[in-house]
Amino acid sequence: MMRYLMPLAIFMVLAVFLLIGLTLNPRQVPSPLIDKPAPKFQLNQLHEPDKIMSSEDNLGKVWMLNVWASWCVACRDEHPLLVQLANSGIIPIYGLNYKDERNTALQWLKRYGDPYAISIVDTDGKVGINYGVYGVPETYVIDKEGIIRHKQIGPVTVDSLEKTILPLIKELQNQA
Amino acid sequence: MIPEIGNFSLILALLLATLQGTLPIIGAARGIPSWIALAKPVVQGQFVFVLIAFFCLAYSFISSDFSVLNVANNSNTELPFHFRLAATWGSHEGSLLLWVLMLASWSVAVSVFSKQLPDDVVARVIGVLGLVSIGFLVFMLFTSNPFDRLLPAAAEGSDLNPLLQDFGMVVHPPMLYMGYVGFSVAFAFAIAALLSGKLDATWARWSRPWTIIAWVFLTIGIMLGSWWAYYELGWGGWWFWDPVENASFLPWLVGTALVHSLAATEKRGSFKSWTVLLAISTFALSLLGTFLVRSGVLTSVHAFATDPARGVFILAFLVIVISCALLLFAWRAPKVGLGGKFDLLSRESMLLANNILLLVAAASVLLGTLYPLIIDALGLGKLSVGPPFFEAVFVPIMTPAIFLIGIGPISRWKQMSLPALAIRLRWAFGISVVSALITPFFMGEWKPMVSFGLLLAFWIIVCAFVNVKHRLNNSGEGNLLTKLSKQSRSYYGMHCAHIGVAIFIIGVTLVNSYETEKDVRMEIGSKVTVGGYVFQFNGTSDVVGPNYKAVRGEISVLKDDQFVRNLYPEKRTYNASGMAMTEAAIDTGFFRDLYVALGEPLSNGAWVVRAYHKPFVDWIWFGCILMAMGGITSITDRRYRLKIIKKESTAARVAEPEKQAEGTPAAVASATTKVELATETTKV
Repeated sequence: MMRYLMPLAIFMVLAVFLLIGLTLNPRQVPSPLIDKPAPKFQLNQLHEPDKIMSSEDNLGKVWMLNVWASWCVACRDEHPLLVQLANSGIIPIYGLNYKDERNTALQWLKRYGDPYAISIVDTDGKVGINYGVYGVPETYVIDKEGIIRHKQIGPVTVDSLEKTILPLIKELQNQA
Repeated sequence: MIPEIGNFSLILALLLATLQGTLPIIGAARGIPSWIALAKPVVQGQFVFVLIAFFCLAYSFISSDFSVLNVANNSNTELPFHFRLAATWGSHEGSLLLWVLMLASWSVAVSVFSKQLPDDVVARVIGVLGLVSIGFLVFMLFTSNPFDRLLPAAAEGSDLNPLLQDFGMVVHPPMLYMGYVGFSVAFAFAIAALLSGKLDATWARWSRPWTIIAWVFLTIGIMLGSWWAYYELGWGGWWFWDPVENASFLPWLVGTALVHSLAATEKRGSFKSWTVLLAISTFALSLLGTFLVRSGVLTSVHAFATDPARGVFILAFLVIVISCALLLFAWRAPKVGLGGKFDLLSRESMLLANNILLLVAAASVLLGTLYPLIIDALGLGKLSVGPPFFEAVFVPIMTPAIFLIGIGPISRWKQMSLPALAIRLRWAFGISVVSALITPFFMGEWKPMVSFGLLLAFWIIVCAFVNVKHRLNNSGEGNLLTKLSKQSRSYYGMHCAHIGVAIFIIGVTLVNSYETEKDVRMEIGSKVTVGGYVFQFNGTSDVVGPNYKAVRGEISVLKDDQFVRNLYPEKRTYNASGMAMTEAAIDTGFFRDLYVALGEPLSNGAWVVRAYHKPFVDWIWFGCILMAMGGITSITDRRYRLKIIKKESTAARVAEPEKQAEGTPAAVASATTKVELATETTKV
């Protein structure tokens, strides 16, 4: 009898691992940039192309960098949340418009709402490379000293916002 | 309205499945004929309602009804008709519905083609299929209803994933699912046998054709998937050891072991409990495949629709079904008893060795696939397991199994003598060694691994010829043709499938060793030579497709200054999603493929162009087709056919002279098969 229970035992061990696997996120790759200074950039703004924004402009405040593109379907998913977050005034969100066309990007923001304090244009994706962007959307939380504290790969969800991002922002804002 | 009808049909199907999964099984256990008789009408009713639901969904897709969430997410008015139809099963919800439809189809097929089986066996089999069906219908209705509404309706759909907009997509998933789901029939037969406690050769005889059909579908499904990846992904590869590919390969490996083990159980009554365990495992791996694809626990190029919440459900279902099955196995199997005895050197032990090797191979692929998950679960970090692991492990395990393909069919059941076998095969071995050593020179360069791969392939082929020749010599009087026609179809089917393996190995060996690839910057008019062919870039033009815009390159292929043909690789951008897709251009040939794909655009109309010369690559898929044909040939064997013809003639009650001649009465039929079996055993 015991011999014949072996397959069941093996299967059960496998099932336990699969169950644990479900609670993990294979896409959550720890970014080497966490707790490192955010790569510097100087990029043209989306709305006013002749103006330049530099990453150093944001020193002294906690801010979010959201990588987005009009061609990205998942961005539409997270967009209402970002608009809501921007309206709440908790944290300024800066948009990195990644490998996109200006006109379609502007139209897209008109259609779905514009949560961004400023959108900057990364047409050739070079800044994206410095930030280690895997795919769009991605969101970075950067603290007052310009250090990356969190990276969200894929769309921001209600869950990740409430459980991870908002508490982190509060903690960072309370730091001197 | 139409989506609501679909939804109601699914609910009705679930109610009928609940009846199907309970009453016939209880009826068979308690001997209540009316409950047993319920099995067939109920399963047919369930099939009808699932079919209605499927048509409703297909209609919603074809008519672009964007008030259905599933349609809005996966279709678009610009999508051509055939892709809107294929989009029906392109999404998670739709593919589940397809799955349920196929399960219902298989169940109906069992109810229709099993007239020669005792009623209680059929009732149990259909009952078990009903239980499986309940699980999937509940899953669909509660977590992923394809008919969920989107109100207010979307103005336009967000389009089907461009990767899936391809002929391969229209046929690959249905074939694969037919295979996956088909193993549920083998599973149901095994469970029915465990429930009744009657595990014998007859059981193996009944479940064998079903298993082989499922195996054939799975083989074709995997082949189509591989072919699709080859020309659609633009990477030039045909197998990537991706978790989802592995998920389909695992049931194939264990299913192959099952097909062989069933042969031993049918012919010799051996390995009875082993065969049952394999049937359970194969189906468990099919479910596991579904879990891996649908839950997103592993990252994969196939993760088109993943959702962890759904993963919990599939996992729970997997655990309930398989642990019940394995418990039943642990309870019943000890009473089954051992089959006929056999020597260490016999066909049985060859089949056993083949089984073990296939299982070890499957276990190592499973380990490699789940390893990232296990390491992550133990908190040891993140990693990924790639092709180097699989190639290093899989090839050495399969090598002895492939060597056995040559010997197995020649060896005798029960016992045989090694010297006799060696004498019979020494020429076969010599011929294969010599030709394997010589052949690589014709390819331009001798490589040890090529000779080794070819040796395995030639060994299978030469052994098959030796086997056929020997068999014909012992087939009594008559000329070659009459002797050939005397052999059973399952005999030919076996050799056809084995030679398919050989052809497959030849393809893999040659393409891996001799393919050449160049990744170059090409300006208009510039040339590159790959594998003796000159590729000349003539520039690009813009093309507008039904739902995409594309840049189409024109590349002239020349050989020895002779024009061969023009190739037109494309880089497409799909309107709705903005996704970019590479469409490779391929010139297919019997001995080689020429494969060109556009990379990135550079300045002044120049492009990065990838050009490949791939010798014998199509043999890979041709080998798979031969394997599938072998399976089909063997299920048309007389011993399966006779009974159906007999049934047809009695059912129709028409005394046609031809049919009378063919439709032998039951006693004679079983006698002939017995005689055939006996001759087979003695002849071999």
